[in-house]
Amino acid sequence: MNAPLALLAELTHRCPLHCPYCSNPMELTRASAELTTAEWARVFTEAARLGCLQVHLSGGEPTARRDIVEITAAAHAAGLYTNLITAGVLLDAALMASLVAAGLDHVQLSVQDADPAGAERIGGMKGAHARKEAAARIVRQAGLPLTLNAVVHRQNLQNLPLLIETALAWGAARLEVAHVQYYGWALENRDALLPTREQLDAATRLVDGARIAHRGRLVIDYVVPDYHATRPKPCMGGWGNRFLSVSPAGRVLPCHAAESIAGMEFANIRDTSLRDAWENSEAFNRFRGTAWMPAPCQGCENAERDWGGCRCQAFALTGDAAATDPACALSPHHNLLAEALGEAGALTFRYREFG
Amino acid sequence: MTIRFAPGVRLHHDIARERWVVMAPERMFVPDETALEVLRLVDGARDAEAIIDLLAAKFAAPRAVIATDVQAMLDDLVVKGALRA
Ligand code: SF4
Ligand code: SF4
Repeated sequence: MNAPLALLAELTHRCPLHCPYCSNPMELTRASAELTTAEWARVFTEAARLGCLQVHLSGGEPTARRDIVEITAAAHAAGLYTNLITAGVLLDAALMASLVAAGLDHVQLSVQDADPAGAERIGGMKGAHARKEAAARIVRQAGLPLTLNAVVHRQNLQNLPLLIETALAWGAARLEVAHVQYYGWALENRDALLPTREQLDAATRLVDGARIAHRGRLVIDYVVPDYHATRPKPCMGGWGNRFLSVSPAGRVLPCHAAESIAGMEFANIRDTSLRDAWENSEAFNRFRGTAWMPAPCQGCENAERDWGGCRCQAFALTGDAAATDPACALSPHHNLLAEALGEAGALTFRYREFG
Repeated sequence: MTIRFAPGVRLHHDIARERWVVMAPERMFVPDETALEVLRLVDGARDAEAIIDLLAAKFAAPRAVIATDVQAMLDDLVVKGALRA
């Protein structure tokens, strides 16, 4: 069994935005059920002992927590490289200074679109885009490196050239262009978000060109959408292999979307150690390695390369979390993707909100 | 000129795996032994000359030989984005 390299700490589900592709679960955790500062500090210490080198402080919006500075300091004190994944709308210079003093290493800022009106419609928050631009400036002035994260889909791909310009103008050293992944909220909004083949191909060409044009200035990471693929992504680098996630309520997850798999039970940090959850919990062991795989993954030469794809997507599309990811052309359910593409084209969103 | 780590980059002791890693935004790499010797002397105050002096003393090697190796190593780490000169 390998030791994990990174921890995703989902500090809260609270967020001023309402992105229709939000990766949080449909059932959001309320503030009263969130882990305390001391509980997070314990998680970080245990994560570092277990082998984690970095922590992604995420949410929801991590800065919606009043103790975000103490939490960052605890992660830094545990010896973890700290990355703040934020929508940026709550960030001001004073908070930034405190975060830097607490040992923050890097900031990843999300943008919903390149033009303010589109961004505010997609994120469901007025004035958000201008605040993000200000946040980018504050991060750069504090001397921290900045990554811009742009989730792309049918309704903003036309602005991809402008998103790349935005990354350069805002002083980001990295840009993540990530096509939506479809589970949870995004699956609810799939008809409004799935890109056409033409959109995808144009985006891929644009990214390739921009990588060359901006070499040495901007690194672009590109995550392609599964629905046009013939091979699945090596989700999480293998289940329970490199990565673990802790939810706002303390559940220890092999992937941040794992709660979408009905019937799976997760250990909670309030009753167990992180090590025990990683090594012994049923949730982590269920899809670890390759022994659990059914045909056509079992014995496939790609089994240790793509690990049979994403368990959450397999469950979402087939009802069986152990099935081959339908993104694989060898899956008997591969046709589901083409069918979904055929049905896409809706314009309105169902926004993420507390139920 | 002083040599320092680029913003967001630091050398980190990976205790669980008994090795040193260079942590950077959204990536990490394991330096080889020579790179590690150099990186451990980067403190934001020393320049290349000071680092070469220390390594020449440590390995009791001719300074000219060490200088060539260290300079090449520093240039490489600057290109990789880990260091700023
Ligand atoms: S995806 Fe949007 S709604 Fe969800 S946490 Fe991020 S900014 Fe908030
Ligand atoms: S059959 Fe399974 S292991 Fe083989 S390529 Fe498809 S998803 Fe990957």
